[in-house]
Amino acid sequence: MSDPIAHTGDAVAGPDLNERGTPRPHTKAGTSIWAAAGLTLARDLRLAFRKRGQLVQPLVFFAIVTTLFPLAISPELSRLRDVAPGVLWVAALLSSQLALEFLFRDDAQDGTLEQAALSGQSLSGLLFAKTGAHWLLTGLPLALMAPLAGLSLGVPVASVPGIVASVAVGSVALSLIGSMGAAITLGVKRSGALLSLLTLPLAMPVLIFGARATELAIKGESYGPPLELLGALAVLGITLAPLATAAAVRVNLE
Amino acid sequence: MKTLSDFLDMGGYAGYIWPSYVLTFLVVVLNVVWARRLLARSREEARRRLAMRSGGGAAGTGGAGGTAAPTQAGEAT
Amino acid sequence: MSWTWFHRLGSPPYIYNLAARLTPWFAWPAALLMLGGLYDGLVLSPPDYQQGDGFRMMYVHVPTAYLSVMIYTTMAICAAVGLIWRIKVAHAVAASCAPIGASITLCALVTGSLWGAPMWGTYWEWDPRLTSELILLFLYLGYMGLRSATEDVQRADRISAVLAIVGVVNVPIIHFSVVWWNSLHQGSTLLRADGPAIATSMLIPLLMMLLGFTLFFVAVLLVRLRGEILSRERSASWIREAVTP
Repeated sequence: MSDPIAHTGDAVAGPDLNERGTPRPHTKAGTSIWAAAGLTLARDLRLAFRKRGQLVQPLVFFAIVTTLFPLAISPELSRLRDVAPGVLWVAALLSSQLALEFLFRDDAQDGTLEQAALSGQSLSGLLFAKTGAHWLLTGLPLALMAPLAGLSLGVPVASVPGIVASVAVGSVALSLIGSMGAAITLGVKRSGALLSLLTLPLAMPVLIFGARATELAIKGESYGPPLELLGALAVLGITLAPLATAAAVRVNLE
Repeated sequence: MKTLSDFLDMGGYAGYIWPSYVLTFLVVVLNVVWARRLLARSREEARRRLAMRSGGGAAGTGGAGGTAAPTQAGEAT
Repeated sequence: MSWTWFHRLGSPPYIYNLAARLTPWFAWPAALLMLGGLYDGLVLSPPDYQQGDGFRMMYVHVPTAYLSVMIYTTMAICAAVGLIWRIKVAHAVAASCAPIGASITLCALVTGSLWGAPMWGTYWEWDPRLTSELILLFLYLGYMGLRSATEDVQRADRISAVLAIVGVVNVPIIHFSVVWWNSLHQGSTLLRADGPAIATSMLIPLLMMLLGFTLFFVAVLLVRLRGEILSRERSASWIREAVTP
């Protein structure tokens, strides 16, 4: 009795189709964690680019916040230059917080997160990929925008590389710390305030070293040491944060 | 031998020392009071729940204090 | 080796009754030690040659600061035990620790600030130790806020356990901040390789206060724990005996 599905016509047996033309099931050994993480990263980026309007929101927020300070403090560039490191970093911190609430929420609602947890792939690896997407979409653009905001606050042009470097490295740690907070507050409705309460205390060391590095860059001095500490925090985050994030997601999916 | 006013003055640091001690004392006492009140409330609630369950259809509430809504007495849990 | 004692520790009625029996054994010594340490520290011990009578702040600041960190560590360990081995009682202990820890941390911060004002000339300074102690307060508040925002008790237990464990990274920072950085706060006085760097007449009341505060914490914890266990065990049969006076 011939198999009705065997009417494959043009289908040829190969790596994806067996002799009868039905798709081969991919074995667990077939997809490495790197491939899965890469797919997750690409998917998140693609999804984010579909909503271009939402993409620029953190950047617009950053621009607005940095504009508030000259209005509130003083338009004098010499005074603004002094507070510029703090202003840039507080604004960057708050802007990166904006996108965090939605880091996992959509996937949690439509069940993708559950599939990820059940997939047999390392959940911390997949969530790390999602956090990486968040950094590429928020932290990196902020790092590129920060010099512009800094220039509007009167910083010297020579300090631009230092500003970009410190915000770029620091925002890695911020994204990772934020992903922990987002995972922990997944089960809480309207978690904005609680998310900030949990994330900001842990982000304080990043803020301290980041502002210090930016300050040294603006003064024209060597900003190596604080930048290295920022890098250490980022590495610490990369190693530990995904584990905590995965644990929190699993608890919230139970 | 120090006099009482010398003691209270604490070598000029009175304005810092006494508020600290008073605050600490308050925190200690409040912790004790709060904990005991929590325990009493939990016991009260547990007693009320037990009474409602064993009271069944009867209107009795068993425990002292607190008013149980009339509709709850009829619920079979 | 018999593990029954360990399993008994996980049983709510056993812990409830044990806590009730143990509380006086911690409460009364705590009260005696704290009163005695207070008298010894405030009245008996002589003024410091450098700080005058101002150093007496130490007798409340050091115990509360030490306790704030110790309570958090206890909370995190119990949360981890509850998370890994799924022991409800451990989660109840962690939940009971948090409010005590938060109030004690606030106390430590304020007494420290009041000590710093005459000694360092400032009520506050954003140095590593003070900042990490402030972060500790936020961690406590975040833990309590997360618990109250989560409706299901079991999920609240587990998710706040994750938070408590993540926050443990702050504890070594608090302790070693005075070693790693040039902090405004003074270095370690008691936990040093070559013994405590403090006069005996000051050390004795300090140790009395430290021990007294620790026992006070355990006593309050035991009382809170009983209330916490009761509110969780809604329909258990042992409750009838426990609450009927």
